Amino acid sequence: MSTVAAPKDTAKPKSRSWPPRMPPWAERAFIPVFFILAACLPLVLEKAGTPIHVATLALAYVVMALGLNIIVGFAGLLDLGFVAFFAIGAYTMGWFGSDFFSAVNDGKGIHVLVSDFSENLAGIHLNFVFVAIAAIVFCAIAGMIIGLPTLRLRGDYIAIVTLAFGEIIGRIAVNGDDDIMKLSSWPLVGGLFENWFGPDQTLTAGRQGIAPIDKIYFPGVEPFQLLDKRPWFWVALVLVAIALFVSFRLRDSRLGRAWIALREDEVAAVSMGVPSVKTKLLAYGTGAAFGGLAGAFLGTYLQIVNADQFQFYFSILILGMVILGGLGSIWGVVLGAIVLSLINNWLIPDVLRTLPEKFGQDFDMSQLSFGIYGFLLVMMMILRPQGLLPERRREAEMTHSDEHAEESVFVARG
Amino acid sequence: MEAASVPATRPAAPGQALRDWVGKYGLIVVLLIMPVAFGISDLLGDEGDLSRLGNNLVDGLSNGAIWALVAIGYTMVYGIVELINFAHGEVFMIGSFVAAGFFTTIGLTEDTGTALLIIGLLITLPVAMIGSGALNTMIERVGYRPLRSAPKLAPLITAVGFSFILQNVGILWRGGSQEGIPDLIRSQHEVFAPFGIQITNGDILAVGVTVPILIAMTTFIGRSRLGKAMRATAQDPEAARLMGINVDTTISLTFLIGGMLAGAAGLIYALYQTTIWYFQGFTAGLVAFTAAVMGGIGNIRGGVLGGLIIGGIQQISDNRIGTEWTPAIVFIYLILIMIFKPSGLLGEETREAG
Repeated sequence: MSTVAAPKDTAKPKSRSWPPRMPPWAERAFIPVFFILAACLPLVLEKAGTPIHVATLALAYVVMALGLNIIVGFAGLLDLGFVAFFAIGAYTMGWFGSDFFSAVNDGKGIHVLVSDFSENLAGIHLNFVFVAIAAIVFCAIAGMIIGLPTLRLRGDYIAIVTLAFGEIIGRIAVNGDDDIMKLSSWPLVGGLFENWFGPDQTLTAGRQGIAPIDKIYFPGVEPFQLLDKRPWFWVALVLVAIALFVSFRLRDSRLGRAWIALREDEVAAVSMGVPSVKTKLLAYGTGAAFGGLAGAFLGTYLQIVNADQFQFYFSILILGMVILGGLGSIWGVVLGAIVLSLINNWLIPDVLRTLPEKFGQDFDMSQLSFGIYGFLLVMMMILRPQGLLPERRREAEMTHSDEHAEESVFVARG
Repeated sequence: MEAASVPATRPAAPGQALRDWVGKYGLIVVLLIMPVAFGISDLLGDEGDLSRLGNNLVDGLSNGAIWALVAIGYTMVYGIVELINFAHGEVFMIGSFVAAGFFTTIGLTEDTGTALLIIGLLITLPVAMIGSGALNTMIERVGYRPLRSAPKLAPLITAVGFSFILQNVGILWRGGSQEGIPDLIRSQHEVFAPFGIQITNGDILAVGVTVPILIAMTTFIGRSRLGKAMRATAQDPEAARLMGINVDTTISLTFLIGGMLAGAAGLIYALYQTTIWYFQGFTAGLVAFTAAVMGGIGNIRGGVLGGLIIGGIQQISDNRIGTEWTPAIVFIYLILIMIFKPSGLLGEETREAG
């Protein structure tokens, strides 16, 4: 496509000067301000109202979006199957934080650092920190496995392969209560699993869902309750802080520069000695790990791991956040994630719910959410492809047509 | 012949022979695993003959004919602008909706006489084709053309966006659940059954409409002036422009033809399955894309071949493994193709897959 000369109606960005460039210290000063304001937010909100619920979800989505940003924004590998990591993270929470494996340890269960309430339940119950680490490890491995077949591919094909993986994981989640998925009927390891988990243990609970999931518990702190969402919010904020820290450090690291180099020009990067396989797999692994972390948190926060949560549209929702904010731009992605999750969890289900009635129409507004994201994606790509808060390098890439790029080469040479 | 072309001076790397073999025949072996395995188990098992496998394959052929029509749209568009038109499956779905809406409006029911029915459907076919074709052209005009010089990520994302918008149009049009429509052609009515293999009205319709369209299509692209322009643009848009070909018009035309084929597929699908819903396009899109890649993207004959094969795989999986697993099976095939032979059965190496 690059060989097609720019047609006369090529969309030229109209507002490239906005937002104005901030000096580097401003960005650094913004971080503590952001976190202090965010940490104080629950103090002014109701303990269990909609606003704090929406805010907590938004923070979890920020972690997800930062993860996808590493894959799509930094490394330029379009991943349309990010929902797979949400699923794996959430199921890790379900497996290791509920009575799902009820037959384990002869029905007595396994407990590591959990609340007194969970102590008496059957199944595997690990502290949230351990579950989160397990989710990170599982997702990093899954991310690399998913990345493997895409290594030889480029562009659109990567999108399709990741989409296919996402759908396969979704299918496994939905059909996990099928007879084929019984752990005892697995080849080779079936006998072992039967000893551990009993003959009827399945992999997932399908559409029925795994519930209830253990609430987060830290020794010495009052147990988390659903009627008080503030601790949940703060935990989510800590996760965001971790994700932001890792994102910033990675972006400015050797690895981060390698990702950007691969994104800009793979051939050039490889010939300069960037190890393409390792670099790409690390991008998939790191991004997936963030997805898993957020997935585990959402699993315990929503108190259910249900196969219907893991649909293609979720991948697009997260991708929409990254694109809305600006591919590769960390603060942009944070903004995009907050805006889109507010639209998704608050504006559409709560505020606009009565809109169809006003127009005498009879449909559920949430059915329209697909279309709204779709419209948003199209409009963003046509009007402001660099996103709301663009990353500088990406902005140059997204807004300069090929002709300009070639011109600048000549200028540089001349 | 292959052996002779290898230079004698360069010793083959260890395992090179195996790698060559996998590269050449790996995909074919992978494709044959399912039918052969189930065929053998049928022969040795209770059935004792191959009629069940035959039935699967016949059903697969008619489904595959529909997928082939959709796959051609993918493959043509990919060939010319190197873009996966994600919205193509939804264009197909809208084709189904237009067709079903139109033939209900002109009053075709299950009791309509044969002659009237044929006339009615012959009117419906161009309506569905024009509807889908116009829609596809419009998507290209609004969503892809302004982004032709942008990074490749951009049009792909608008394509996903359009796909979602059209799904919503589908929901608003006919609601969010599967909807039965009049079984005009008595799709499951058996016509004849050689060797215990049922051939139904639906099978005859699917193959009977698809084959002429495919022949017309291949002839058009191979012989006509516009077809030549399309091939030239696909090969090198810049050179084509210098030769006086209007590249924009040619690309629009490609989208128009791709959309029209999807519209025809939509009508056949509606008549064959007798249920339509907004989500049919998403699955169909992915299945057809798999077919296009399997055959070698950019290659029309490959798209047809891939469609037929993937139709067969789907039916075998529906019948033997379970309908709920079929999408996963198709996706596993997609990934296997990407691993073993990204260029597909009949395709050449592309930049994407190279």
